[in-house]
Amino acid sequence: MSLHTTLPTAPGLLSRLPNRWDLLALPLVCGGLFLLAWGSRGMTVPYTFGAPLPISLDPVHLPEYALRTTLRMAAALACSFVFTFVYAKLAASSRRAEQLLIPLLDVLQSVPILGFLSVTVIWFVQLFPGSLLGAECAAIFAIFTSQAWNMAFSFFYALRLLPKDLYQVADLFGLSPWQRFWKLEVPYAIPGLVWNTMMSVSGGWFFVVASEAITVANQTVTLPGVGSYIALAIQHEDLGAIGWAILCMAVVIALYDQLVFRPLVAWADRFKFEFSQGQAAPRSWVLDLFARAHGLRALAGLLRAATGAVARALARRLPRRAWRPVPRIKWRRVALAGWAGAAWSLALFAGAAASIVLLARFVLTEASYAEIGRVFVLGGCTLLRVVVLTALATALWVPVGIAIGLRPRLAQHVQPVALFLSAFPANLLFPVAVLGIVHYGLDPEIWVSPLMILGTQWYILFNVIAGAAALSNDLREAAANLGLRGALYWRRVLLPAVFPAYLTGGLTASGGAWNASVVSEVVTWGRTTLNATGIGAYIAQQTAAGDHPRVVLGIAVMSLYVVVFNRLVWKPLYDRAQQRLATD
Amino acid sequence: MSATAPTETLLTLRGVSKRYPAPEKGDIVILDGIDLDVRAGEILAILGRSGCGKSTLLRILCGLMRASDGEVRYRGAPVTRPVPGISMVFQTFGLFPWLNVLQNVELGLEAQGVPAAERRARALAAIDLIGLDGFESAYPKELSGGMRQRVGFARALVVNPDVLLMDEAFSALDVPTAETLRGDLLDLWLERQIPTRAIVMVSHGIEETLMLADRIIILDSNPGRVKAELKVTLRHPRDPESPAFRHLTDRIYAAMTRAGGLQAAGIAHRLPGVGAQQMIGLLDEVAWPSYGSQAELAAVADALELAVDELFPIVEALELLGFATVGEGHIALTAHGTAFLEADILRRKEIFAEHLVRRVPLAAHIRRVIDERPQRRAPESRFLRELEDTLSEDEAERVLGVIVDWGRYAELFAYDYASGEFSAEDPGTDTGAAA
Repeated sequence: MSLHTTLPTAPGLLSRLPNRWDLLALPLVCGGLFLLAWGSRGMTVPYTFGAPLPISLDPVHLPEYALRTTLRMAAALACSFVFTFVYAKLAASSRRAEQLLIPLLDVLQSVPILGFLSVTVIWFVQLFPGSLLGAECAAIFAIFTSQAWNMAFSFFYALRLLPKDLYQVADLFGLSPWQRFWKLEVPYAIPGLVWNTMMSVSGGWFFVVASEAITVANQTVTLPGVGSYIALAIQHEDLGAIGWAILCMAVVIALYDQLVFRPLVAWADRFKFEFSQGQAAPRSWVLDLFARAHGLRALAGLLRAATGAVARALARRLPRRAWRPVPRIKWRRVALAGWAGAAWSLALFAGAAASIVLLARFVLTEASYAEIGRVFVLGGCTLLRVVVLTALATALWVPVGIAIGLRPRLAQHVQPVALFLSAFPANLLFPVAVLGIVHYGLDPEIWVSPLMILGTQWYILFNVIAGAAALSNDLREAAANLGLRGALYWRRVLLPAVFPAYLTGGLTASGGAWNASVVSEVVTWGRTTLNATGIGAYIAQQTAAGDHPRVVLGIAVMSLYVVVFNRLVWKPLYDRAQQRLATD
Repeated sequence: MSATAPTETLLTLRGVSKRYPAPEKGDIVILDGIDLDVRAGEILAILGRSGCGKSTLLRILCGLMRASDGEVRYRGAPVTRPVPGISMVFQTFGLFPWLNVLQNVELGLEAQGVPAAERRARALAAIDLIGLDGFESAYPKELSGGMRQRVGFARALVVNPDVLLMDEAFSALDVPTAETLRGDLLDLWLERQIPTRAIVMVSHGIEETLMLADRIIILDSNPGRVKAELKVTLRHPRDPESPAFRHLTDRIYAAMTRAGGLQAAGIAHRLPGVGAQQMIGLLDEVAWPSYGSQAELAAVADALELAVDELFPIVEALELLGFATVGEGHIALTAHGTAFLEADILRRKEIFAEHLVRRVPLAAHIRRVIDERPQRRAPESRFLRELEDTLSEDEAERVLGVIVDWGRYAELFAYDYASGEFSAEDPGTDTGAAA
């Protein structure tokens, strides 16, 4: 019988009285609320575009900056959730919507996030004239774009996989669409959604740091935060301050891991759609603490009753519509779905064609055909870097990951470290690398490249460890029984077994490397600037110069590279892995 | 059978059909012109081979699906959406894994807007009734299959349904568990401890059906039509070993087998999903001398421990390939069947291949297309598209999966999973490393 962290159902008075756990849990909650209020007060201060924002290198200010950075992350996360629920629900509601929305999401996922920023910051600043809110929104939007797409995908696929039986139960017992959404669809999606969200947030620290200090049209906007602090430290060549920032960020991520990530993942485990009690469920001391704190639970109960009343009132107003199964798209048949379907497909093609023409005309106002060609060549340079670095990271981390994964006790300790390293914003370490390159007089074309994959290589390690740890004992024993050893054991058993897990890691790592190229192909230290040839550097330079058509050109070409690369390399590998290694 | 007063009709079906539009030629008909009455005081069972649309019929009964034609009335009012008076127990339980037992049972009441205190009281009463007390705070994953289905029953009964529907409610359980649960349900019903006035069950277990039902409707498949109706007047508790019980079993088998050989209806014939090994196993049993020249299907099913929905697909495959003939609840080997059974492993494959080409148009078609092509290969999408003219997409994929299996066994053609291609020669030389 496993322990769990759920409340017993006996509704006695005793269980509502505060106990000693409340002494710990209550301050945590109050502290959280206070920090939220204190940190967000600076978000709407008056501001005119171009005016310098005072940032201090005194480490005393770092906690406040870290808080501001974290709040930006939280705001983006809230937006991502709303977006996810609406977008995925819409895409799952009909074939036609899916036909448009899912490929769109696929492409959006491939667009370099940091390229977006320069275009959106101007727009947001104009939206909120005279207030810092515009710049804040632009940063939040950048983080949003790093989270929302894969969360929406996760929710969409959960809706697709939800067993028909459960929908029928919901219908039979008369759940309204509103109840169905919160009682069935969201709970079913929670394990996947929480995991994806937490991974997105981990990846998001990189972008939040990069998007706080941004130079657009030769104007630097520095939002109070760790990212701006770093930018200033680089400008002043203050190595001590860099050290403080790294330390501060490490603390923030450790706190995030303990207070948010783990409790959420442990909590989400109960929503797993499985009826067997398999491996040990993830645990979290924070979750246990909250489960044991009675007073807090009573408070939560009140809150739930209140929201329940609102939800019931809302549910009564919504139309009662029975669930209708939406047939899965078979892409090979899409074009043949009758007249209305043909018209819809035609409209989609026309829309796509019109967008291309508009985009081309906008780009051609500034750039010539020759330049477009040159940008493609730059893209090729970055592609080369991404491929070489992904290959190197693979060669290094796959064997290491397998070796660790096969030792469960070791894996238990290394796994959280890999997760921590993948969340740590690697751009904080860039200045250190620049110093090294300058000091040893190395060629930036080559030595700047490793920065691209510095932060995302850990995804490979993390996933390979998980894949190797999941290798069934039967298979290992069978291999030993057959006398498989050495190279043959690796080639026939270990490598194929971790292959699917590796692909997930490799795809994330290479996607992250493309994104990182925008900030890693041009790196500075005080007045020293190291430039590598590549499309990331091109986008960064054009952003700084405020040349929008060229920025758009750069983003479009990079997106094209990413999409084509994913389609031609990762997708076939993925399909192959799915087909070969599926056991049924 | 316990009804005394002039029986009241709770549910009426008149001319109910269910069709799915197929892309090109006409429709796929699942149910065709069903007339049915569900009367107060009876347990009505719907029995049929797999794919006869019995689960669809149940979903139309309770308003989860709309009929394409005809009408369903519950107490005189048309059923177009789920009705509060009808609830259902699902084969796979349909429990919400993130809700505990009590919350699962309360769900239906919550949707009806029943106040929390009453909800709790009624749910606890239903939990007591079905023998789940003590498990209120357990999550479904902590329960055994039998206990999970008890949650399913408690959840269906807590809303005090007029009509209780059971969709293969016992078939996911092991035999002793299913028997216990069935017995408990029957006690509640006979002792009138539940306000439910009629039970409609769908099942593929003949014994299970005969243990419970007062009336049995047998459905034909492709398309589903009412083929026979049977009254069961045996007293409870019923004894499966009694002559009357066995006589009824034989009558059901007879009603479910049609005389006159089975012919494949064109390339899109819905092939039964069974493998050659299962066919050989059944032939082996039927050839047993103690059966004589023809074997009773009931006895064969018993000996091989096969349920109806497992037995009939194998029988159908044997008929289709010309290895056996069926009629009036009996099965007999043909001369080909005997030859097939007596051959060695390699010769069996040759005989199978011969019959496959001759009697299954889809197999012959695939082979012909491969032979016509210069590279002797053909993509599966080509055949899927042809099948989808008359079958649903899922069914087309299923049928193609069956023919791949049969074709491979017969070495009639090879199929490459990764590329989705049929080809003439067997590329057993693919020893390339994985990855």
